[in-house]
Amino acid sequence: MFALIDGNNFYVSCERVFDPKLEGRPVVVLSNNDGCVVARSQEVKALGVKMGVPWFQLKDLAKQNGIVAKSSNYSLYGDMSARMMAVLGQFSPDQEIYSIDECFLGMDGFERYDLAAYGQRIRARVRQWLGLPVCVGFGETKTLAKLANHVAKKRPGFGGVCDLGALSPAGRDALLEGIDVGEVWGVGYRGTPRLKALGIDNVKALRDADPKWLRREFSVVLERTVAELNGTPCIGLEEEAPAKQQIMSSRAFGDYVYELAGLEEAVATYVGRAAEKLRRQGSLAGAVQVYVRTNPFKADHPQYQRGLTVPLAEPSDDTRLLVRAALLGLKRLYKPGYAYQKAGVMLMDLTDTSHMQAALFDADRGNPAVMRVMDRINAYWGRGTLRLAAEGVDPAWRMRRGMMSPCYTTRWSELPLVN
Amino acid sequence: MISIPSPNPRRVPRPLFLSRVPAGFPSPAEDYVEGTLDLNEHLIAHREATFFVRVKGHSMTGAGIADGDLLVVDRSLEAASGDIVVAVIDGELTVKRLWQRGGRVRLIAENPAFTPIELKDGQELAVWGVVTSIVRRMR
Repeated sequence: MFALIDGNNFYVSCERVFDPKLEGRPVVVLSNNDGCVVARSQEVKALGVKMGVPWFQLKDLAKQNGIVAKSSNYSLYGDMSARMMAVLGQFSPDQEIYSIDECFLGMDGFERYDLAAYGQRIRARVRQWLGLPVCVGFGETKTLAKLANHVAKKRPGFGGVCDLGALSPAGRDALLEGIDVGEVWGVGYRGTPRLKALGIDNVKALRDADPKWLRREFSVVLERTVAELNGTPCIGLEEEAPAKQQIMSSRAFGDYVYELAGLEEAVATYVGRAAEKLRRQGSLAGAVQVYVRTNPFKADHPQYQRGLTVPLAEPSDDTRLLVRAALLGLKRLYKPGYAYQKAGVMLMDLTDTSHMQAALFDADRGNPAVMRVMDRINAYWGRGTLRLAAEGVDPAWRMRRGMMSPCYTTRWSELPLVN
Repeated sequence: MISIPSPNPRRVPRPLFLSRVPAGFPSPAEDYVEGTLDLNEHLIAHREATFFVRVKGHSMTGAGIADGDLLVVDRSLEAASGDIVVAVIDGELTVKRLWQRGGRVRLIAENPAFTPIELKDGQELAVWGVVTSIVRRMR
């Protein structure tokens, strides 16, 4: 038995915890650079606003309906997600964190409990401890648990919890018959039209289809999905997140960048962010990869894209050494005359700080004390407060995030105010 | 590949280890080491449910809560009458003392300049969390 717990409109809900005025109002969260809608409150969904719509197309509707837009605040969502996963982990010894706002719990041994009541306890605790609304689905397989979660979320009659195992066979059939086949985990946008063309348009029809035939027509993946819909577990929990072997930091720019100087500032900043993560996980990088590219969707612009890896003499976690390496690489691959739209860096060849080999030669591996001070200052006053001059001062390439809420839970200087 | 010694070898400085290598009896205090005191452990009972908020204003000075203080708020606790709580009033977060008698609920400021907020019939009390500690730096 599995449970799938999923935060409702997770990003919007995180914003509402710290700004209760947003409760009951239509709220959207926008992607990086305030481009598109990446999260919608229930009120916004009711207005017919689809996921991924560019914000500028919504300006009129927003004005008429008082839609509040927020720039995405991943520091806040990430922290609230970590808290939510820790709370959910209290409800089962087996947990797989599936995404920022959903996780599976293994429910073996819980079958004799009233799972619907258990699900309500989960909901109540996450609501009280974190202020976040979640829905809970139970099923014999991960695919069924996902489906149960969908039912819990879409059908108010279930009160936010659906245990498919508690339904009578006839009740379950009726329920599955009413759900679009596209909602099944793993079917996706691509599989849906073909299945429908073959007359399989609801979940029950897929469940009862001949798995061998589906395997021939589609793939072994779909055959497995059908087995899961029939209650045979084929997909286990993946509990251990692999240790990060690379650390990436890349962004699309707010505006095109043409000059090397602008790219250098961006790359230095991304190295700074990645290096902070590197130090947090206690690793050293052995090499820095840097890449730049133009906008591939602007076919009328000349296109260029290239990456380069620069090895370090000694593994290091010192921002200054890593920036030096990245800028060396950037200088080699920069070509004038292009409208650059994105740059990125990847710290590679990571080793554990504690397993560091004694240096054979006296190479510069940086100054950990300086880096500690820098991380502490930035943790308090916000990322980028103390940075290398190479990162520049308020440059044009920086992301537009004009409507971002404070980092309520991750910066001392931005704590929620109470009067 | 054949390597030939360089005619003018470069000097390679090597670090000298100054700390002594322990080789002998362990410290007699070793069995009594208990680790260090951690303020988080002292102030935070439920890590996931604990948030920090900053006080703005003087409505709670009588309870020893000053403008600029940092409050530790535990959302996992059930608020009881007499607790200092963070509550939601008109969409704003506010810190007050909770007072309950029979069916009556008040949020009381600890400063005579502020009038208590009495919840009207049907108005639901929205406690955001229970304040468990005050943190104030003296310099």
